[in-house]
Amino acid sequence: MRKYIKGMFLGLVLLFLYLPIFILAVYSFTDATNIGAIRGFSLHNYVTLFTTPELLGMIGGTILLALGAAFLATLLGTMGAIGAFYSKKKTTKVISTMNQVPVVNADVVTGFSLCILLVVVLGVSKDTFVPLVVGHVILCAPFVYLSVMPKIRQMDPSIYEAALDLGATPFVALIQIVIPQILPGIISGFALAVTLSLDDYFVATYTKPATFDTISTYVVNATKGAQTTIKTALWALSTVIFLIVLVLVAVMNLRANKNGSERVDA
Amino acid sequence: MRKFSFSRKSLGVPYALFLFVFVIAPLLVLFYYAFTDGQGQFTIANLTGFFTNPNTLGTLCYSFALAIVTTAVCLLLAYPIAYILAFSNIKSKSVILMLFVMPMWINFSLRITALKEVLTVLEGNLAMHPFLNAVIGMTYDFLPFMILPIYTTISRLDKALREAAMDLGANEFETFLKITLPLSVPGIISGVSMVFLPAMTNYVVLDMLYNSTYIMGSLIGSYFAAYNWHGGSMIALILLGIICLFTLLTGGSEEENTRGGALL
Repeated sequence: MRKYIKGMFLGLVLLFLYLPIFILAVYSFTDATNIGAIRGFSLHNYVTLFTTPELLGMIGGTILLALGAAFLATLLGTMGAIGAFYSKKKTTKVISTMNQVPVVNADVVTGFSLCILLVVVLGVSKDTFVPLVVGHVILCAPFVYLSVMPKIRQMDPSIYEAALDLGATPFVALIQIVIPQILPGIISGFALAVTLSLDDYFVATYTKPATFDTISTYVVNATKGAQTTIKTALWALSTVIFLIVLVLVAVMNLRANKNGSERVDA
Repeated sequence: MRKFSFSRKSLGVPYALFLFVFVIAPLLVLFYYAFTDGQGQFTIANLTGFFTNPNTLGTLCYSFALAIVTTAVCLLLAYPIAYILAFSNIKSKSVILMLFVMPMWINFSLRITALKEVLTVLEGNLAMHPFLNAVIGMTYDFLPFMILPIYTTISRLDKALREAAMDLGANEFETFLKITLPLSVPGIISGVSMVFLPAMTNYVVLDMLYNSTYIMGSLIGSYFAAYNWHGGSMIALILLGIICLFTLLTGGSEEENTRGGALL
């Protein structure tokens, strides 16, 4: 009986989380323009989604930005974590504290303050994409740092020293000994960076060129507009993204089970 | 000139510089703008203006109320979920946990769009219940961020402690109250900090639900739209103050962060 109640509670909350997405997914396959209207099956939303240059450009731009920013953030954050770990205690503390600022700060404040410094004070044009890319790197790099740091702490320092004793230069030892050991942290940091960039709205609004949109800024503007073709094409986009995430999660889960570990946390 | 020799320490220099230039410097500039006017003259008008204007003060109070209610609702939903999952021995536990966390990876604007369509069918005019819809929207958006840290904390608790309490005669409720709950406080704190601040600042959730009520984030948005950098900076600074205070209160639990820490 108690087990039943517990299960029902979990089920209800899951329903709350997923029902809207499912309903939208069902309606994305009809030619209805509003939820609740009953209309026939149609793929026109998917046709619109994959043939409208504006939508494709926006999606491509978002992905490109996420990959680019995540790459830079991973490079900077990883180097930062390695550097901080081997610095004096005080230096480590300073870097870690600065690293924590964008993490606890509200994204609105991060985006707004960056816009003031770069655009208002230094006069950098938003059209150069510099403020946007810098903004997204700021958003992501601290999380790369946080996911790499524990891996460096867990590392056995004697292997690195052994490599040096055997004649490797510090640089070679870093590439061949340190990097492979912290690779899981780097990879999960990169994945995290990509998802953070994809999900961002605030930093992008305050730093993006007027003619460029990410999925988030585009969707937010589209909900305020009255263009129904675009509105329903976004239902299709939501469904596609949901399916992609679902497949990724399923693959990750299967691989984790194969490796015999219950949890896959990074 | 000494030849540059590679050392692991020097790897941190670019990142440290980057953080200083793009994280610390913007906050200093924010501070400068908050206390100057359009002519660059020092002024505290922005500060006094905020605390004497009933509208902005109202927004501050409304933000707090919304954040407190949203956080409470998230906590009341998330804690039992985390508790049930952590102590259940069903085999598909990790799959169910994954289901609760997965929404984090779906673009929030698309999820809120979905919620908006459903709420519109249920309520008709969304503008009729602004506070309720704001709480629903934010809970919908932030709930996974509350579940994950609490689950992580509870699932790492030493089983022996609970067994000892039971052996010593405590019933399940007493064990929960005296053992599990106090020990899961760190998870609760990091969950609360993941939800509370976004609930004060994430004004897009409100905008998308056709909500015309203002929270602190919306003020920055409207100053930004009006190119009023000085007014906007003051709001950002006040928010920063609240964030600092909040971080101090919660002990700034470093590394326990889960904005996405959530890489399951």
